[in-house]
Amino acid sequence: MRFNARVEVGHQPGILDPQGATVQRALPALGYDNVSEVQIGKSIRLVIDAADEATARRQVEEMCEHLLANPVIETYEVFLSEMASDTSAQKSSG
Amino acid sequence: MARRVAVVVFPGTNCELDVARAIEPLGAQCVSVFHSESALGAVDAVIIPGGFAHGDYLRTGALAQFSPIMKAVATFAAAGGPVLGICNGFQILTETGLLPGALQKNAGLRFICADAALTVASNRSVLTRKMSTNDRLQIPINHFEGNFICDRETLAQIHANDQVVLRYADNPNGSLDDIAGICNEAGNVVGLMPHPERASDPILGSVDGVALFKSFLAVDA
Repeated sequence: MRFNARVEVGHQPGILDPQGATVQRALPALGYDNVSEVQIGKSIRLVIDAADEATARRQVEEMCEHLLANPVIETYEVFLSEMASDTSAQKSSG
Repeated sequence: MARRVAVVVFPGTNCELDVARAIEPLGAQCVSVFHSESALGAVDAVIIPGGFAHGDYLRTGALAQFSPIMKAVATFAAAGGPVLGICNGFQILTETGLLPGALQKNAGLRFICADAALTVASNRSVLTRKMSTNDRLQIPINHFEGNFICDRETLAQIHANDQVVLRYADNPNGSLDDIAGICNEAGNVVGLMPHPERASDPILGSVDGVALFKSFLAVDA
């Protein structure tokens, strides 16, 4: 089975986010003075082959623990969806 | 003393020549070791200098842990060999797990390039073994991610094991407990954000880094 995996990496509470802070300060200049929080993280997309969804999720979570995120300062969330089988057939025949 | 010193060079490392220039007058012979090598060779100490290893892609120091040489560095460290990480080298040592905690962005949200006043917090580490607690040093910092952080339990362990090596006298970046440098439990692996190689000649405005290198290399007198 082939899965689309999206990993959202954010900041642990209390970790500084200069990009978010700068964007938040800029938004009132556009007229949006009603934004009280901006956080900028990373979105990492993977295509992964695995026997089932649980295996795919476990492997992506291991990747997060060991490389994609630093748990001391970052949070991560994994979103998985199975890719349509005809998509993979098209790719392999391409 | 440490005669042969491996200076580990990653793609993006940029302080390796400065380090060599600082320690060779003390009698050390620098051996440049590229990150793709798997052995350090016969060396007495290892220095991971500053820069932007692997472009600091993903996170500062994150990708360096997968360079083949880091296995050799970990083995060298586990055997008690002296290992020093300066600035980006410190970030690499935390990402590799040889030192606890992490370096987050500076509290002022700015890159800081400035002289920093430091105090020696412990002389149990290889970097400070020839110094006295509360010795004052003036050594420059040059970083964006130098704000040391760890969880409460880790900080308690760091204190219990006397692992804080250097503290900022006037905290420039928000570092937890004013920490500028820490060591592992054994004291043979040290990371610090300030650049002692940039305080190693009167022309640079300070020679306070020399005392740290003399400790690290176990130079007599």
